[in-house]
Amino acid sequence: MKIQLTSVFVDDQAKAERFYTEILGFVKKHDVPLGETDRWLTVVSRDDPAGVELLLEPSGHPAVKPYRDALVQDGIPLAQFAVEDVQAEYDRLRGLGVRFTQEPLEMGPVTTAVFDDTCGNLIQIATVPK
Amino acid sequence: MADDLFKALADPTRRTILDELTEKSGQTLFEICARLSMKHQLGISRQGVSQHLAVLEAAGLVETRREGRYKFHDLNTAPLRHIAERWPVRDTPGPEKSTS
Repeated sequence: MKIQLTSVFVDDQAKAERFYTEILGFVKKHDVPLGETDRWLTVVSRDDPAGVELLLEPSGHPAVKPYRDALVQDGIPLAQFAVEDVQAEYDRLRGLGVRFTQEPLEMGPVTTAVFDDTCGNLIQIATVPK
Repeated sequence: MADDLFKALADPTRRTILDELTEKSGQTLFEICARLSMKHQLGISRQGVSQHLAVLEAAGLVETRREGRYKFHDLNTAPLRHIAERWPVRDTPGPEKSTS
């Protein structure tokens, strides 16, 4: 068994597609219409197109909003992405107007930072030593 | 007020939280928990940290601020002045000249 796909709920799939591709730099992999407005929309890492897919899933279910709002209020990220250099990525994303709730923080060997994906979630980036 | 202040300061975990907020004011609950566990090896649940923060807030040492969908915790050291006012600290005496 291995992780091939994981998901985050997004308020607006079109906006999420733009943020995850144009700002974060992921590449769209699947985009299949589902029902009236929803899409099966996945992105992958530019560095690993055959790797784990991230599903940008519509957040319409009534349980999603209270769940996410409570996590965002306390600053708890819903997903973590690995980056080469948290400080460099922080500077790059800040330059693109991304809002961080936690600046780069060294904690032993791991450095992390947390930003708002503008689609309802907080995302953590981390540089983990190889 | 004074009782709340001394109760808040009596606990080592709460003093550590104040240390971390001194290093950087304006932290989410998640960041405070991360700092306690990663930097201080304090394995406290988020609920536990929340309770410590509530005690610090009651004493006026921590203030919370809502900013959009986020909630940040700031340090406020003003209440500590009560201690110095109650037991005034004298200026460093003259004869003991520091050599450092």
